[in-house]
Amino acid sequence: MSDVGMGNGTAQGRAIAPSPLLRAQARADVRQSSDGHGLCVLSLPTIRCGGCVARIERALNAREDVVSARVNLTMQRANVTLRDADASPELIIDALSELGYEARAIEAGGTDIKGSDATGKGLLRALAIAGFGAMNIMLLSVGVWSGADGQTRETFHLISALIALPVVAYAGQPFFRSAIGALRHGRMNMDVPIALAVILALSLSLFETVQGGTHVFFDAAVTLLFFLLIGRYLDHLMRERARSAVAGLAKLSPRGAMVRGTDGTLTYAALETVKTGVILSIAPNERVPLDVRILAGCTDIDRSLVSGEAMPVCARSGDTLEAGTLNLTGVIEAEVLRAVEDSFLAQMMKMQASAEAGRGTYVRIADRAARLYAPVVHLLALATFIGWVVVTGGDWQSSAFVAISVLIITCPCALGLAVPVAHVVAAGRLMRMGVLMKDGSALERLAEIDCAVFDKTGTLTTGTPTISTMLNDPEMRSGAQALAAHSVHPAARAIAAHLPRSAVTVEDAEEHPGYGIEASVNGRVARLGRADWVAEIAEVADSAVSPAFAFEGGAAVSFDLSETLRDGAGDAISALQNNDIDVSILSGDMASRATRIATALGIMQVRDNASPADKIATLEELRQNGHHPLMVGDGLNDAAALAAAHVSMAPASASDAGRTAADFVFVRDNLNAVPDTVQVARQTARIVRQNFALAIAYNCIAIPLAVAGLVTPLIAALAMSGSSVVVIANALRLNRADKRARPATRTNRMAVPA
Amino acid sequence: MTILTILIPVTLCMGAIGLAAFFWSLRSGQFEDLTGDAARILHGDDTPLPTPQTIHPKETTT
Repeated sequence: MSDVGMGNGTAQGRAIAPSPLLRAQARADVRQSSDGHGLCVLSLPTIRCGGCVARIERALNAREDVVSARVNLTMQRANVTLRDADASPELIIDALSELGYEARAIEAGGTDIKGSDATGKGLLRALAIAGFGAMNIMLLSVGVWSGADGQTRETFHLISALIALPVVAYAGQPFFRSAIGALRHGRMNMDVPIALAVILALSLSLFETVQGGTHVFFDAAVTLLFFLLIGRYLDHLMRERARSAVAGLAKLSPRGAMVRGTDGTLTYAALETVKTGVILSIAPNERVPLDVRILAGCTDIDRSLVSGEAMPVCARSGDTLEAGTLNLTGVIEAEVLRAVEDSFLAQMMKMQASAEAGRGTYVRIADRAARLYAPVVHLLALATFIGWVVVTGGDWQSSAFVAISVLIITCPCALGLAVPVAHVVAAGRLMRMGVLMKDGSALERLAEIDCAVFDKTGTLTTGTPTISTMLNDPEMRSGAQALAAHSVHPAARAIAAHLPRSAVTVEDAEEHPGYGIEASVNGRVARLGRADWVAEIAEVADSAVSPAFAFEGGAAVSFDLSETLRDGAGDAISALQNNDIDVSILSGDMASRATRIATALGIMQVRDNASPADKIATLEELRQNGHHPLMVGDGLNDAAALAAAHVSMAPASASDAGRTAADFVFVRDNLNAVPDTVQVARQTARIVRQNFALAIAYNCIAIPLAVAGLVTPLIAALAMSGSSVVVIANALRLNRADKRARPATRTNRMAVPA
Repeated sequence: MTILTILIPVTLCMGAIGLAAFFWSLRSGQFEDLTGDAARILHGDDTPLPTPQTIHPKETTT
């Protein structure tokens, strides 16, 4: 199985012991079931096949503390019943990571906790009813078409009517509801002509049945609903899967905090209950849950998700920290400055909501088509009616029949399928590429973009720095590596990963937050950290940069830290530029770092030191100048800009707010996902246009026949099904393009000095 | 054509039975994980088949 690929992730996750907050949070994710057991839902983003399901279920069901476990492969999650209601899912998550599977508890109290998808089930039920009706009515219709007449035909029509009435009343509801909703707001969507055609076909046929007429359209009305419901169900399934995958990504912002009580004990409290002035304890590797001021302790803070600064900053007593920043090295005690509803995070959410409102409503391509299509067709039907009344000298009954048959045959069955089917196929292709699409309108918007705005930290670069210095002295090399391996600071991790590992004994390792790490290496005291701090025990050149490493009394060496570009960043940017998309950088980081990355990637326009408000303003200005910008970003500070852009993408490593705001989330590290998704969007737009053209071509043939009064129910049934099948077949061509393999993507990472 | 008075109700009944079966399967959660359930049958715990000795001890010993 795919254990090889997962080994890495597990090893990295292992390096850091889960903090008390994360453990308490995981425990809060377990709900109590009615019979006293604990229920929890785990997200399993790396399971791929039935073999994984079997292994996980066998392992979990064999455990003492598990009552039952069931894995859902479609949604990539597991429902686990724990013996005790207050048990922690931590142990289970550990056991799964030993098997090689990443697992995360999904928040209890979330809306989609049980995975029961009511809308999907409702659509399936409507689909089944429509299928039942369509088959039975078609059976009777075939009898009529092959020559049944007189009493038999009338009986057949009557039975068809009795089946069709309840079937349309039930299965047509999704369309009727949407059409009424649109009309009530004075808008027009594709469901309006669909609902109208179905209702008219049904009432005309009922009238004919009562009159004992020859032509009824029950089969056409019900088959139409059946086809459209298939499209609608697939569309729903696609969105549901993407939503579940996004919900399964790791939650980065904490949902609770460890509160220091008056008696000195630590207790877990949900964020909503934490008030201003409360003292929190924040351990290393935890995100700061609220806006706080440090009372005691000293640490390094990673602000990359909040402000876009690539390198950690030192924070000590008296400094204020925003919610969402990551505590790296030291334990701090901090006082809450603002309650959750006023926090930095909440302000960002407000900015995001107002940016979204300002974006204006995008009208889906199908609804734009309906706006043109519906009046034309309805006027045509009216003209046909008047024309036939004039020609036949006042025979309004047969004139109405012809006019309604015009409406039935022009019913946008193919138009209703033209867009959703193409989007479903495209979404499947994107999902295989590791891109999750929130809804179909995003794909339409992505096809329209003419410029792309990238955030720097975490988007163009990876969050982890690398070093480019290579040490020649073997003793210094092994000493620095061994010392660095004892720290969780990103710079130390980069050094530890870059230098070769060697057998060195490290004793008394002590981390000095804000300064560095000190230990006795092979019996000699050594320091790795800020240059001026290392200078206390060793000789450091005046111009030396941090971090530096030295043995006591020896000479120090400095490491050059550089930001690592994301895999494929160079390819991705040039691919976009080759497609006539203007690329620019919009970063919250300092000018020198932003320009260096821009030069390395060949990007001309750079904006640095941008606050969240600046980012929104930049995107709004682009839009007012008539551009359609794509925003790619990950941070909390990008969330509002993502919402303000015409369309937006975020990597899976983004902040929770960023992922919520973005239209697309790409789960693989490679930045090529961006041009690839644009490519798919453009292909899909082309297929959709072709589908519309096919549907219109079909109408050009069908309408003259209908106006001339030549359409019989047999012709209507054949023509409508035929056009739907053609449209679906055309949409399936999108899958074929998948087989044309991409040129092998380069995986060497480029480093740019920070 | 009187045969139709029997045949049509029969057809409708068969359709209705199929529909009821579908609704039952939908309610019992058989559509929640289509990909997973398809593979599940391949990975059920195998119980070893009874060995020939235990069934026909005489035939195998000879």
